[in-house]
Amino acid sequence: MNTKLILNIALHLLQARLKQTIVAAVGVTFSIAMFIALVSFMNGLNDLLDGLMLNRTPHVLLYNEIKPSKIQPVFLAKEFKSKTNFVRSIKPKDIGKSIYDSKTIISVLKEDERIIDVAPKVTLPVFFNVGTIEISGIINGIDVLPEEKLFKISDYIKEGKIADLLQNNSIIIGKGLADKMLLTLGDIIKITTSKGNLASLKIVGISEIGIAEIDNTMSYTSLATAQKILGEPTNYITDIQVKLFDITLAPAVANEFKGKFNVDTIDYQTANAQFETGSSVRSIISYAVGFVLLIVAGFGIYNILNMMIYEKMDSIAILKATGFSGNDVKWIFISLSIIIGLVGGIFGLIFGYVFSALIDVIPFNTSSLPTITTYPINYNPIYYFIGIAFALFTTIIAGLFPALKASKVDPVAIIRGK
Amino acid sequence: MENSAILQTVGLSKYFYDPVKFKVLKEIDLSINHGEFVSIVGKSGCGKSTLLYLLSTMDTDYQGQIFIDNELMTGKTDRELAIIRNEKIGFVFQFHYLLAEYSVLKNVMLPGMKLGKYSIEELEYRAMEHLKTLDMGDQALKMTNQLSGGQKQRVAIARALINDPVLIMGDEPTGNLDKKNSDLVFDIFKKLTQVENQTLLIVTHDTDFAERTQRIITMEDGKIIS
Repeated sequence: MNTKLILNIALHLLQARLKQTIVAAVGVTFSIAMFIALVSFMNGLNDLLDGLMLNRTPHVLLYNEIKPSKIQPVFLAKEFKSKTNFVRSIKPKDIGKSIYDSKTIISVLKEDERIIDVAPKVTLPVFFNVGTIEISGIINGIDVLPEEKLFKISDYIKEGKIADLLQNNSIIIGKGLADKMLLTLGDIIKITTSKGNLASLKIVGISEIGIAEIDNTMSYTSLATAQKILGEPTNYITDIQVKLFDITLAPAVANEFKGKFNVDTIDYQTANAQFETGSSVRSIISYAVGFVLLIVAGFGIYNILNMMIYEKMDSIAILKATGFSGNDVKWIFISLSIIIGLVGGIFGLIFGYVFSALIDVIPFNTSSLPTITTYPINYNPIYYFIGIAFALFTTIIAGLFPALKASKVDPVAIIRGK
Repeated sequence: MENSAILQTVGLSKYFYDPVKFKVLKEIDLSINHGEFVSIVGKSGCGKSTLLYLLSTMDTDYQGQIFIDNELMTGKTDRELAIIRNEKIGFVFQFHYLLAEYSVLKNVMLPGMKLGKYSIEELEYRAMEHLKTLDMGDQALKMTNQLSGGQKQRVAIARALINDPVLIMGDEPTGNLDKKNSDLVFDIFKKLTQVENQTLLIVTHDTDFAERTQRIITMEDGKIIS
């Protein structure tokens, strides 16, 4: 087929109706630009919120859960093996919060190629004592270096330095706690553990994650300090946090470790199921709005091409009389809409990027997100691909119906009508 | 006779269905030879234009058979017919149907570009030659809306000639022209049959014009009466 000739004719038809063509293309441009800005912004926001969770949450967590034993003594008895046994009123069994043989598990995990790093942790519920008042809270005994590597906790330290945790008997407390107890850097805080042990710790930092519930209860100390407060040996570890290179493997890996190390595990996806739902709903909304904009632009193109066909009836008739088949005429009009879609779409991508960049520099200061200074934008190229692909798709569909109509124009009817 | 015929019909009939079924053409058997200059005359509504459009292959709704260059046209697809029209038939209508978006030269070249037999440079040269013989050489680069009616019609003729068609069909090609211009068009047509051995089939009301052609086909009530 004469692609060049057909394109040439399409371009000439466009030139003849330049203003309308521009209006049609601007419609596409506007909708693509809005689509990209919207999706980039929405996903930037999603990433921000995901990051908030993801940064603080391990991909796989190994711990001991308090639960009833699955195997009760009666199941082991030979004489009842063939029977159905009912055991009522089973009480959960506390096998201790400490993970058995934690040092070995950690060294095995560190060898695993799928794993970025392993951070052991001791969590201990405590009471912070202020005069006669007791405020309940949680102290996380962390291994400072891997913890920092995996969870970037230094991002959330408002005052002080994370490295100071390496000193003995030091603590970083949440901002909520600090405000409540009127404590500042260098103060000494007294704590009582659930078992009644007392300890005094020096505040070397104040952290703020932005989630009040956590800032009101959470505090950090070093692994060694936590173990000392509890009076436990250095192999006392309550949680092993693991981060993977590929987060999608988390459920499978969690399952594997559960069997391998005989511990309880939870993966990121299970722990944050609601969160994922929120993200996907936000994405769906932004895509839906973008697509609606594009469909509206598609109607614009449909209208303009339809009008053009009525205007150019004579030209279509003579093209057909002089040897252009219905198919050729159809392609002329389809290429018209492809040109509109492509030009409008490319400008849309450019403007979409500009809009995103503009949003990206708008200041966005909120006390709950201390590390964020401007609105978040995700510049993922995939949105630009989707944008241009959908621009072409809608314009081709919008052009297809007028084009089919043009291909069916009966030249005899037009020529005899004159 | 079979071999020298460029255009032949066998039992060609055509119905109109709107508002009532009506037989416009009644079993027409017609044969036109190479190099003939034929005019079709008849009263309004006798079916002469209808016959022309059937012969032009643009209207495919008929009964009977049409042969162009001894090739059966009946039953061919839209695409095949388009190729045949492009290559073998040139059209001149009462209205010029030039594309306003293109210059005169491009308008003439367009069917040639579709055929793709010659390169663009060659086509340009050929188009210029045709325009020159029609005394339009100096207008070649103008846009079509800058031309007078007679000039436009001459451009339309040049366009019909660009692919050296064996058959040129005209539906009242002089209908919109004054005496001087229509004489000019007639002379051009006459020259084509004599010099290029091209066949012309012209539907006309203009008895003056018809009488000067080689052969006159007169129609009445969907039949050829002479």
